[in-house]
Amino acid sequence: MQCQMCDKTATVHLTEIVNGTKIERHLCEECAQQEGITIKSQVPINELLNNIIAAQEEAQELSDLRCPQCHTSWADFRKRGLLGCPNDYLAFSKALDPLIERAHNGATSHVGRSPAQHKGPAGQQAKMLRLRQELQRAVESENYEIAARIRDEISQMSTN
Amino acid sequence: MIDLTQICRNVGSWLTEIGPVSDIVISSRVRFARNIAGFHFYSQANSKQREEILQFAHDKLMSANLCSKLWYVTMADTSDLERKLLTERHLISKELAEKEGSRAVAWTHDESLAVMINEEDHLRIQVMANGLQLHETFKRICEVDDLLERQIEYAFSSQYGYLTACPTNVGTGIRVSVMLHLPGLKMTQEIEKVFRAAKDMRLAVRGLYGEGSEPIGDFFQLSNQITLGKTEEEIIENLVVHAVEPIVEYEKQARQKLMREKQEALDDKIFRAMGILSNARLISSEEALYMLSFIRLGIHLGRIRGVEISTVNRLFLLSQPAHIQNLYQETYDASQRDRARAEYIRKSLCN
Repeated sequence: MQCQMCDKTATVHLTEIVNGTKIERHLCEECAQQEGITIKSQVPINELLNNIIAAQEEAQELSDLRCPQCHTSWADFRKRGLLGCPNDYLAFSKALDPLIERAHNGATSHVGRSPAQHKGPAGQQAKMLRLRQELQRAVESENYEIAARIRDEISQMSTN
Repeated sequence: MIDLTQICRNVGSWLTEIGPVSDIVISSRVRFARNIAGFHFYSQANSKQREEILQFAHDKLMSANLCSKLWYVTMADTSDLERKLLTERHLISKELAEKEGSRAVAWTHDESLAVMINEEDHLRIQVMANGLQLHETFKRICEVDDLLERQIEYAFSSQYGYLTACPTNVGTGIRVSVMLHLPGLKMTQEIEKVFRAAKDMRLAVRGLYGEGSEPIGDFFQLSNQITLGKTEEEIIENLVVHAVEPIVEYEKQARQKLMREKQEALDDKIFRAMGILSNARLISSEEALYMLSFIRLGIHLGRIRGVEISTVNRLFLLSQPAHIQNLYQETYDASQRDRARAEYIRKSLCN
């Protein structure tokens, strides 16, 4: 097949779908490069192996990530497709950020509605809930001294 | 305690009105996914925490001053049939209906607003409207969201916005969808082209019951998938201007083309459907949907007179398996339901 831009033989064949219509392009290597289509034809075998090993090491490193708050690991998330708690977005950020970017067509941050902070009684809620969970844990582990301190803190918050 | 079986003998009042472009756009829906700060996401919460979330959400919801009265039921207090009724009415998802745990739903009496508690996220707020009314629907859901936000601190980060259990919903947490009736594009075999274009725009095409449901009877749900990096208004605008409006236009053209070039074949389909529904003694819900789809088309093209579009809309809902079961209030197997359904549709069309 002849290159669509010059007389040489076409060695680069590209099929693209733009707005629902299929566009096929057949170019020689030089014209393809000019068009900004680059194809790395040969990767040395050791480079390829190194890449695989590096990818595996990284995968291992990622699957060891664990959220300190809900104890969900990155591997758990990959298995279930669901995160364990809001803090996972921070704890897994290294692995999660690129994934979010891919899922949302390159977007990396939120625009749009946001809660108007402290405009109602909701402001202290997260702290209150955390304290109540800590209180429960303290009671379960019979740490009564800590439990009493947390209880005082809660009652002070609720009278404020 | 509310009587679900009584409520489900009728359709929600939002469904009985005739909305804009309702010959092609059946309904508009906007939902927000929200989670309450300070708790684990539902799937990682233990049963005690799940109960705590449920109670917390219930109390806040009831004190949020939503201006309309809410009905509230926990899944634990409902029968299998009642959960199926709620699913068929789009008030709860399959997930909420089928999985165990502390889950609930609250909804307004006209059924235009529903809030699921402890689905994949702590709160799934949805507002529905007849026809193409996404902007109005969005305005309403924002009011609800604002009222709830005064009571509840949501899990939110400045980078990622509203934090959701699944990262595919993060950011705005919004899903905007329309239910489309596209018999013209189906008959002219152009529907695949429309779907391909929609998929290129990163939109999802689904069946009548959303995620995991197959399109039946030329009804398709179109919704956004990207929730991050665009404002809610942009997401809605994108769906309306670049997908819904062009598809509505194509569908109109396809219907006109069929009327011009294949009127006899079209009439044959429409009147056969009328014949089947007015005479059948046994009919499955799937066949009923296919036939009702042609009747709906026939009414909008002026081929069928004497049948109200509201009757068809009613039948769409009330001929679903759980609703038929409920109307006849007996434990039916599938073939008994087919008989009851045929009878119910026959009576409705003859009146």
